[in-house]
Amino acid sequence: MEATLASIVAAAAPLIYAAVGEAITERAGIINLSLDGSILLSAMSGFAIAYTTGSVGLGFVAAALVSALVALVVAWSGISLRLNQVAVGFVLTLLGAALSSYLGEGFAHRPGPAVTPRPIPGLSEIPGIGKALFGQNLSVYGSLALVIAAAWILARHRFGLELRAVGERPEAAHARGINVNRYRYGAAALGGALVGVAGAAFSLDQKLGWSDGHTAGFGWIALAIVIFGGWQPIRVALGCYLFGALQVVALRLQDRVPGLAQILPSLPFPLMIFALVLVNAPALRRLMGRSSRAVRWILPEAPAALGRNFAPE
Amino acid sequence: MNRQRVTSLLAPVAVALVATVGLLALADAPPLQALGLIGEGAFAGRGRVADTLMAWAPVAIAGGGLIVTFAAGLWNIGVEGQMVTGAIAASAVARSLPGDRPLVITLTVLAGVVGGASWGLIAGLLKVKGRVNEIFAGIGLGFVAQAFATYLIIGPWQRAGVASTSGTEPFRQETWLPTVGGTRLAPIALTVAVLVLLGIRLVMRNTRFGLRLRAVGSNPASAALLGVPAGATTLRAFLVGGGLAGLAGALLVTGIQHKLVPAIGGGRGFLAVLVVLLAGSRVWVVGLIALFFAAISVGSSQLQLRLNLDSSLGSVIQGLLVLTAVLYGGWRARRERSAPAIAPAG
Repeated sequence: MEATLASIVAAAAPLIYAAVGEAITERAGIINLSLDGSILLSAMSGFAIAYTTGSVGLGFVAAALVSALVALVVAWSGISLRLNQVAVGFVLTLLGAALSSYLGEGFAHRPGPAVTPRPIPGLSEIPGIGKALFGQNLSVYGSLALVIAAAWILARHRFGLELRAVGERPEAAHARGINVNRYRYGAAALGGALVGVAGAAFSLDQKLGWSDGHTAGFGWIALAIVIFGGWQPIRVALGCYLFGALQVVALRLQDRVPGLAQILPSLPFPLMIFALVLVNAPALRRLMGRSSRAVRWILPEAPAALGRNFAPE
Repeated sequence: MNRQRVTSLLAPVAVALVATVGLLALADAPPLQALGLIGEGAFAGRGRVADTLMAWAPVAIAGGGLIVTFAAGLWNIGVEGQMVTGAIAASAVARSLPGDRPLVITLTVLAGVVGGASWGLIAGLLKVKGRVNEIFAGIGLGFVAQAFATYLIIGPWQRAGVASTSGTEPFRQETWLPTVGGTRLAPIALTVAVLVLLGIRLVMRNTRFGLRLRAVGSNPASAALLGVPAGATTLRAFLVGGGLAGLAGALLVTGIQHKLVPAIGGGRGFLAVLVVLLAGSRVWVVGLIALFFAAISVGSSQLQLRLNLDSSLGSVIQGLLVLTAVLYGGWRARRERSAPAIAPAG
């Protein structure tokens, strides 16, 4: 049981980086649809750099830079060129996947460096949760810290409040003297960098090495979990752990139920669609009262200005 | 064609070409030889031309469907999944139906249309009734379709003795599209693709449905005021787009694979989205760019054999072309916005 819990927390780490990163970006009103390609590209780059230099840390940095750059292209195309963010994001999804396959060929199926385990003495021996929370490595600890930090900053810190204002009511935020598009660039770069860390957390920790289509589908899953989790870091993380649990269970049952491993990755999607239908169902909204806090917590809505470009004139 | 049109076409091609040469240099490959090999791989010899045309047909058909959905303002990214359900439905008929070639092939292809249209309809209903964004519904349904195909292949439809993800047993020869000239060219597939494109052109230009699609796509609010039923029009667009994607999937089964394999779409649906993003709503441009992209896809497989380069370079070139074209278009529009109202003299 302890070991299972620990492997769920570890398996969910890359997804948490990607989904929380995307949630931050979307909260500011930018939709970075490129995740699936971006994660592939950063997973490949992170592994390639770590393999070449021998430094896992440099691998993470390179991966973060690559995906931040991809996210900035999306942001620039929307903010400066007023293009459809979804269109550019979709093209980058395919381009990222193709580039990872082309550039990564020389690094495929090679043993390489990995994040070293760093159990925290004492704490990791706490029965029950010790191993899951304190018996991991820096990549997994980082994912836990990210959830807490993102939740706190978005809910309480000035930066988070202004970021949300920019994503909900850019005109009002602008009128109050907030530089809307600077916030949006910042949120895109930050969210993108976290997506890159997710890629490195795959290739240097959870699914070691590089192969063609290494993280296939995980970007889309992360995008789905952002919606499923209502753009709130804690709920997004819960979605990631739910998926991590499904993964671990499937891995255990693989020998007994053939094909489970292939079918499992599609599971979050019916769940997400179901959640979206619920979120939007007018009957349910009426039933629960329109704007009470409870409704907003259970049935969250997308940031009002998501994907809408803002020109301060 | 005026000068602006020419630069807006050439600039992205030039940028993508420079980037490709850079990528080839990065892999220590001779750029000119590599690009030449792509052309050779796509067009040198009857067999290669046949392969390119057969790669063109499904992309062109799915692209035709995407013209319809894009006109209605819909992002039918689910096209890849609709291709898969079309292929599944076609396979269900092909593997079980007895009878002669014309009847079996007709029913197989029709089953593909129904399979794709049903998946499109679900995305449409989710959009209209459930207010679920069609991008996520489409991707989600695509994953489900993919998983279902895999399940069938290793489960109920597995090969005798071995449950392998390499695909089902090939279907009996009566379900294969007839080919000509000792190549893989199936004239039926090409004819269907051309007819689909002509049909789309006709529908978009000369029918009330085409007009309604554009009305809903360009301004849903005023379309509703003018009495255009937005919901019904959206559903019909999804039915057409999904049905054509399913048709493409059926042709992959009967014309190319002759069995069901996992990921039978092979990214062709996504490629069709790229094609339409680049080509816009003009049918003949969609057909032409689909041919260009099919040639790149088929031609780049030569790189692997001859230069030991990864054949994904073809997808890289396609992606770069569309990205630079989209960004360049946005950049030009911005320049026009910021240009002074009165053009400077000289």
